[in-house]
Amino acid sequence: MQTSTSWRSFRMAAWLGWLIESNWTDPFLFAVYSIVKPISGAAILVIMYGIISQGNYESALFPYIYLGNAFYIYVGAVMTGVSWAVVDDREHYRTLKYMYIAPIHIPIYLLGRGVARFITGSIAVLITLLAGILFLNVRINFAEVDWLLFFTTLIVGVVMLAMLGLLLAGVTLTLARHEGFIGEATAGALYIFSGAVFPLDILPEWMRPIGYFMPTTYWLELLRRSLVGNVAQAFPTLANFSNLQILGMLVGLSIFFGAVSIFIFRWCDFIAREKGLIDRTTNY
Amino acid sequence: MSSLLAIETKDLGRIYKLRGNKKEPRKELVALQDVNLTVERGELFGLLGPNGAGKTTLIKVLTTLLSPTSGWARVAGADVSTDPDAVRPKINMVSGGESSGYGLLTVRENLWMFSQFYGVPSKEANERIVALLEMVGLKDRMNTKSAELSTGLRQKMNIVRGFLTDPEVLFLDEPTLGLDVGAMRDVRRFILDWLKADQERTLLLTTHYMAEAEELCDRVAIINKGKVLACDKPSVLKQRLQKDALFEIEVSPLNGLTQQMLLDQPEVTKAAVQEIETGAKLSLSLVEESALARVINLFTQKDVKVMSLSKREPTLEDVFVDLVGRSMAEEESNERSE
Repeated sequence: MQTSTSWRSFRMAAWLGWLIESNWTDPFLFAVYSIVKPISGAAILVIMYGIISQGNYESALFPYIYLGNAFYIYVGAVMTGVSWAVVDDREHYRTLKYMYIAPIHIPIYLLGRGVARFITGSIAVLITLLAGILFLNVRINFAEVDWLLFFTTLIVGVVMLAMLGLLLAGVTLTLARHEGFIGEATAGALYIFSGAVFPLDILPEWMRPIGYFMPTTYWLELLRRSLVGNVAQAFPTLANFSNLQILGMLVGLSIFFGAVSIFIFRWCDFIAREKGLIDRTTNY
Repeated sequence: MSSLLAIETKDLGRIYKLRGNKKEPRKELVALQDVNLTVERGELFGLLGPNGAGKTTLIKVLTTLLSPTSGWARVAGADVSTDPDAVRPKINMVSGGESSGYGLLTVRENLWMFSQFYGVPSKEANERIVALLEMVGLKDRMNTKSAELSTGLRQKMNIVRGFLTDPEVLFLDEPTLGLDVGAMRDVRRFILDWLKADQERTLLLTTHYMAEAEELCDRVAIINKGKVLACDKPSVLKQRLQKDALFEIEVSPLNGLTQQMLLDQPEVTKAAVQEIETGAKLSLSLVEESALARVINLFTQKDVKVMSLSKREPTLEDVFVDLVGRSMAEEESNERSE
């Protein structure tokens, strides 16, 4: 019964999320947006890199930055996809209270709502990688890619991001509408501390522990290693750790943050019921 | 707890802590106070009271959306605070006066999605959707995006959403709010038909339309400022006023005649004054019919002309006036000014 409740919560939420996410009146415009947005973001980064490095695209730093930036799309997409559902359902569609009184598993429902953003995020990541390989001199030798490590890391990372999204969804439950952009704000803050576009060693020493504590740091490092191998290992931050050790750290921190997320979501859910916030609409 | 009870509350209370100016201490708003109610299975139970009386708060507690601050409540045999997962599969709720729903989905898609959350098999859900939409006159709009529906039609869609899952206990919070007269009539008939089809179905309805409560409800609880003031069958509640003679009088402008002056007359037990364009409408409760002559005499002294006069049977509005000392409209405007 529990399994079927969880499955139907997830399945229907994913279905609903996809219909909302793909609800563009003009599919052509949607496709253009889906392609242009990630490529523009990557192009800005490439141009900035080109100016700073004086066009040295052969440096190991270039694929480091490019891949980190490409996969970082998932961070904003998945975390926001899960947490924004609270704002969307409560304030826009005014259905959150009906979801709450239905016999569904609310955390699973919210995770399901994030599936659509995961799919559109995946398309954006794929387009960014293709553009990098075809036009921007990003070199990935597909024969040498460690696919097992890549997909294991990708799956663990996406689950970890979804759980962080759940944490933010809990916090969003207790906040007013104008504070609902917390997902994107958090993703923006994590960008600095996850080694997405520069190694953590560049940060002041006192800031680095934040990065070491973030599972996203290990996630991005492993994705780079699985795709471009030793190029990514050339940086000192995690160079002394093997792939397995980094995977262990990623899994360990994901479990830790997953547990914290569940605890915080439950706590916020409790507070929301105590204060009557589940059907609150702020009207501004 | 008896299995015959669909809803049971004991000393149920809810206090909201209001966040005001940082310099001022937090204010408390008592939304519910020592509410003791029992609703039997198969009953259509009404909660009657002005806006802000605590009706919606009570429904929120009973539907597990809001925690009570004191007392307890059970719905379909399970405690709403400690065992909400046992309550939810057995209930559903519809709130009136709002445009909830996913506007980008069609009517059918909206309803089907909610039926799936309740685990209704897809084929059965589709059959129910067609049947229910036909009953409320919305079948021809089944494939219309709900964003394209008028407020009234969207409200009907939401009403169907509540009934679709065939709940043991259904909560309707002002279901006819904002509907036109024809749609109100359709919804009321639909509610009665639904209850008639299964004796085990229970419905709790909140309304501030007295006529709606009288027409539909087996029993009514009159609630004001978070307290249940009376609870019984409408006929029994009205019987308490049968000893009085009730008059509706429409008069010219009052010329300084006040409600208090009317109440100062020894034979007048209740008086409600409502100003209208042509003067005022008075609802008077007199100890005996013969006392009317003295009231008319008072009008004459104040040069107030009687435009129309009728004796009538007591209504739930009179019961409310009897319990609160003010009409429901007066109570609402008083609440707003506070």
